[in-house]
Amino acid sequence: MVRFLLNRFGQSIILLFIVTVITFFLINLAPGGPNGVMRMDASPEERQAMIERLGLDEPVIIRYFEWVGSALQGDLGTSFNSSEAVVQRIADRLPYTIELTVFTIIFSVAAGIILGVMSALKRGKATDHVINFSSVIGLSVPSFWLGLMLILLFSVELGWLPSSGVGPRGADFEFGGWLSHLAMPVLILSTTVLPNIVRFTRSSMLEVISQNYIRTARSKGAKEFVVLYVHSLRNALIPIISIIGVLIPRLLSGAVITEAIFGWTGIGTLIIEAANGRDYPLIMGITVVITLVVIVSNLVVDVVYSQVDPRVKNLA
Amino acid sequence: MLKVDRLVTGYRGKEGFVRAVDGVSFDIEKGETVCIVGESGSGKSVTSMSVMRLVEFENGEIVSGSIEYMGEELTTKSNEEMRKLRGAEISMIFQEPLTALNPVFTVGQQIVEAIRYHQPLSKKQAMDRAEELLTMVGLSEPKTRLKQYPHELSGGMRQRVMIAIALASKPKLLIADEPTTALDVTIEAQILELLRKLRDEEEMSIMLITHDIGVAAELSHRIIIMYAGKVMEIAKTEDLFDQPHHPYTKGLLESIPKMSGARGELLPTIEGTIPGLNQMPEGCRFAPRCPLATKKCHEEEPPLERKCSRQVACWHVEEFLASQREASERKEDPVEST
Repeated sequence: MVRFLLNRFGQSIILLFIVTVITFFLINLAPGGPNGVMRMDASPEERQAMIERLGLDEPVIIRYFEWVGSALQGDLGTSFNSSEAVVQRIADRLPYTIELTVFTIIFSVAAGIILGVMSALKRGKATDHVINFSSVIGLSVPSFWLGLMLILLFSVELGWLPSSGVGPRGADFEFGGWLSHLAMPVLILSTTVLPNIVRFTRSSMLEVISQNYIRTARSKGAKEFVVLYVHSLRNALIPIISIIGVLIPRLLSGAVITEAIFGWTGIGTLIIEAANGRDYPLIMGITVVITLVVIVSNLVVDVVYSQVDPRVKNLA
Repeated sequence: MLKVDRLVTGYRGKEGFVRAVDGVSFDIEKGETVCIVGESGSGKSVTSMSVMRLVEFENGEIVSGSIEYMGEELTTKSNEEMRKLRGAEISMIFQEPLTALNPVFTVGQQIVEAIRYHQPLSKKQAMDRAEELLTMVGLSEPKTRLKQYPHELSGGMRQRVMIAIALASKPKLLIADEPTTALDVTIEAQILELLRKLRDEEEMSIMLITHDIGVAAELSHRIIIMYAGKVMEIAKTEDLFDQPHHPYTKGLLESIPKMSGARGELLPTIEGTIPGLNQMPEGCRFAPRCPLATKKCHEEEPPLERKCSRQVACWHVEEFLASQREASERKEDPVEST
């Protein structure tokens, strides 16, 4: 286990290096510059002063290593456009994104497994076809369009749910308000992963229920409920754990769109601000944080996997 | 104690309904070991799965006929009634020891589960009983084994665990579907020895399914020869080996390698292959491969008829026996003259 973790740690360092290099050079290749530099009313002298103040006159490679140097000391720099510390800006926003994605995962996994199992057990029947059809729709309809339609229906027409924002927080926190603000974003973000979980559960379950050990369970006199939900599901869930690891990056990129539609002030909206304003330190900071989130969540998934499947315990 | 009468079991597929077992009748006495022998596709496994009423879970269906166990009709029992019988009265061990155990539960959990479905024991008591069972089936270090997962055991050990599970509630009938096919020969001999011991000590009836007539000879009191979903011959084991009454049985017996055979000598084989389920011939199903087949064989199906202590389904038993006698006389003559 220690060896496995050390190994993973080494891989993560390399991964972080590659991701930061690519991001750093790509954003510097993009035309334009920070908001201050791009301002129309700025004189050439002001612009030059700004470039020198932000240190943009130095070569990209030097700037990258300077950035790495301070990042290693925990300093991700200062946002160009708000002169706040990058770490602070991210810390303000990250909890909202974590909230959104965690509830989306909980909802998608729960609903996905239930629907997937239903679909597998009713294979070829109407229920199966309806679930399959809905999965394909969910996968293929763009979430921004679906989000706008939901807002039209539930916020504009029916007036049931608020169309944007994270709802009252802090002292004004109130459960109903929180839930109504969370409902649509979670639903929309779920469309990016739920269909995959449904389809994966279905095929995994179908594969498991034709296994010999299921026949053995029946031959022992197990109740059908136990056969399906203990013997089958326990085995069918193992691959689903691993697909959750794969879906987390997709969830985070889906969060960018979802947050933009619903005015959810998380890291997704922050990254859009940062990219539009060419706020290099902020973009880099968010990149590092998201990469770390993906690495850590995948590590958690792998550890859980090795605990659930006795066959991989020894390998880990 | 088990009486199967004109059982028809089949599968509904794209080409309509196909009968994997077509009118099979036999019985098993208390304490008796009966072997069902046949090639792959002869319907022997489907027969055993029908007795357990497990075919229904694998898209099969018992269409007609009856299966009577201890005077009770099994074919009309509800699934819940059958569930109470499975593992308690009738147990089954399977062909694939490598995949027949659930990979995510320990050996102990899987045995305890089987015990507790049918016996009112606490987990602790069931665990003790599981340990006893593992000792009984000849596994060393039973305490360690209980905590192990199936993948940590070899094929032979897993098959012993399967047997322990099957014996958990002291069933009266044990169905063993090719229990040694997936194992290598030394392990096969050990498992057969174990089954023999259990048969003698636990007074169980055993229904052993095998394609290996040698295995059948080892263990059984009686042998049922099946071909293409039909019973061809039923006889006491020694009678069957002594004097097969059906050309198919003779073919099977001849294909066993003999110690007396010369090196390089080819084993006799039965020409052709078993017909597919959807292309069954008219008349006797063995007729297309039978050296004695006549027009009648191709047109009319021979019934399973009682001849002394055995049952045979062949139109030409008399001719067959006569030709057998001639052949053996011819073989013996030169020996006598020298």
